[in-house]
Amino acid sequence: MLTVSGLACARGGVPILENLSFRLSAGAALVLRGPNGIGKTTLLRTVTGLQPPLAGQVDLAPDAVAYAGHADGIKAMLTVTENLRFWAGVFGTKDLAPALAAFDLERLTDRFAGTLSAGQKRRLGLARLAVSGRPLWVLDEPTVSLDAESTALFAKAVQRHCAQGGAALMATHIDLGFEAESLDLAPYRARLPEPGADDFDEAFL
Amino acid sequence: MIGVLRRDLALAMRAGGGFGLGLSFFLIVVVLVPFAIGPDTSILGRIAPGILWLGALLACLLSLDRILALDWEDGSLDLLATAPIPLEGVVLMKAAAHWLTTGLPLVLAAPVLGVLLNLPVPGYGWLTLSLALGTPALSAIGAFGAALTVGLKRGGLLLSLLVLPLYVPSLIFGAEIARRGAEGLAIGAALPLLAGISLASLAIMPFAAAAAIRVNLR
Amino acid sequence: MKSIWEFANPKRFMQLSQVSLPWVAGLSVLCLVVGLVWGFFFTPDDFRQGATVKIIYLHVPAALMAINAWIMMLVTSLIWLIRRHHVSVLAARAAAPVGATFTVIALATGAIWGQPMWGTWWVWDPRLTSFLFLFLFYLGYIALWEAIEDPDTAADLTSVLCLVGSVFALLSRYAVLFWNQGLHQGATLSLDKEENISNVFYFPLLVSIAGFVLLFLALVLLRTRTEIRARRLRALMARERLA
Repeated sequence: MLTVSGLACARGGVPILENLSFRLSAGAALVLRGPNGIGKTTLLRTVTGLQPPLAGQVDLAPDAVAYAGHADGIKAMLTVTENLRFWAGVFGTKDLAPALAAFDLERLTDRFAGTLSAGQKRRLGLARLAVSGRPLWVLDEPTVSLDAESTALFAKAVQRHCAQGGAALMATHIDLGFEAESLDLAPYRARLPEPGADDFDEAFL
Repeated sequence: MIGVLRRDLALAMRAGGGFGLGLSFFLIVVVLVPFAIGPDTSILGRIAPGILWLGALLACLLSLDRILALDWEDGSLDLLATAPIPLEGVVLMKAAAHWLTTGLPLVLAAPVLGVLLNLPVPGYGWLTLSLALGTPALSAIGAFGAALTVGLKRGGLLLSLLVLPLYVPSLIFGAEIARRGAEGLAIGAALPLLAGISLASLAIMPFAAAAAIRVNLR
Repeated sequence: MKSIWEFANPKRFMQLSQVSLPWVAGLSVLCLVVGLVWGFFFTPDDFRQGATVKIIYLHVPAALMAINAWIMMLVTSLIWLIRRHHVSVLAARAAAPVGATFTVIALATGAIWGQPMWGTWWVWDPRLTSFLFLFLFYLGYIALWEAIEDPDTAADLTSVLCLVGSVFALLSRYAVLFWNQGLHQGATLSLDKEENISNVFYFPLLVSIAGFVLLFLALVLLRTRTEIRARRLRALMARERLA
């Protein structure tokens, strides 16, 4: 479903990852590991297409990615249903019920999103993935502010998504409690070219 | 894409959406003018078309950063950029929502405020028409300015500096139509020129704005 | 045959500009001194305008370069957007304050000239107004560069602004023509020989224009070198942080 080959990406103009290659096939989940600042977010944004790669290629079908970043994209002054219905409209899907059920939001449907707790907001943000109908979920620290129960709910949702032929690529520190490959990014840290004494060729790297 | 428009309108209408702020600002500017100029109705009548246009333009400017800043802060812009609808369309819809919540009320309020400034009778129709034709350009150009400054912490002032020079042609033609209308002169080429600027802005600005948003999202 | 894009290599640009900069700067000083001294002291007074006419030796070249600087920024911004050569966009950044300064010189000398001629320092004449807009566009462009932290983001956004701004600057130019017909005299220089000012004024003016062009070139080269060094420094510091 997703093939990354020879990828190099930069953050703020400085290369941080290079020679990164991996494959993700339908039905699988891949967890990115590595210390803070290694470039997990940068990699996810590059895969999503928000950021152009420095080098290498990201091969995936067009319109395959649903991205969930640090911010949930939730409007405080809209209700839970309105928030979800907006995103369903954007992605051209109709049915909200399965997504609401999967993230245990059914009792909250008419609440304004601004009155939700942090964990509930997060669940709403993740429910957006379910209404997107996209096969590849790209998740950046999805379990932040989720309690143990909600985390289990999330893990089950990812498993179900994979079982239905989807795939998930995520950056997370915690163990989700199901079979997932993991990829350590540390070996791919970009090595900067040796600075020549008076070499302006790499002036801007 | 209609969904984007509908959501922005709903957000503007609900509490904290800032709907009506631009209108109140317009009112205050117009009320302040006689205090600065003096209550002489013949002078006020002469400068009314220009003041009303300038007031509408400033009121429009005031709310520009809301077009994109809120969606930037809560991450919606990231998600919209990866959505199947083109970013250009999103920008166009957001500009349209801005016009419906800011531009259109200004157009409707301008004749009422014209009374306060003793606008000559033949001017009302032309003033309303020129604002109706000109304000869409202000929203479209403003969306581009908002896209340029969306990543900045305090971009409001910079936004004004960038956008105001771009408003000059619309202001010149719009105020000219209103002035000539008020003085009973022939309108001439200003009307099609103003409409042309608006149409061209609506056609081109979404592309420039979408390009700027993509750069800012990197 | 070497490609013209060779010069877009920062290293090559630094080498070349290092050699050429003193020559360009020296030549510009020479042309300016010759042009201005010749113009100020060795040309007759105009029969109508008197000695005030001599300000054209500053006014016309400054106005000319104010516009040309923007055109140069437009071209280099386009080159950056299409071919992603850093030197190109840094040259645009370097040219902006120079262009803005020339615009101010043109406006100020114009006002000084206008006072005895028209009896007022400022009129809302189309040409004067257009130059004021040009100055505002320069200000916006410079302010956007200053506001954005990431250099590549800033380069992209200012380039887009430069493109859009150019369209609107042109539009404003015609809008103000429509708005007010104006007092400013017609072009001082044109290819149509009949229209031209007489040779006595013409040659020192040409020398002075050459001086301004060279001055602009020298300043842009110098400032581009500074910008490249600043980028280099930034890169080295980022590298330091990573290591």
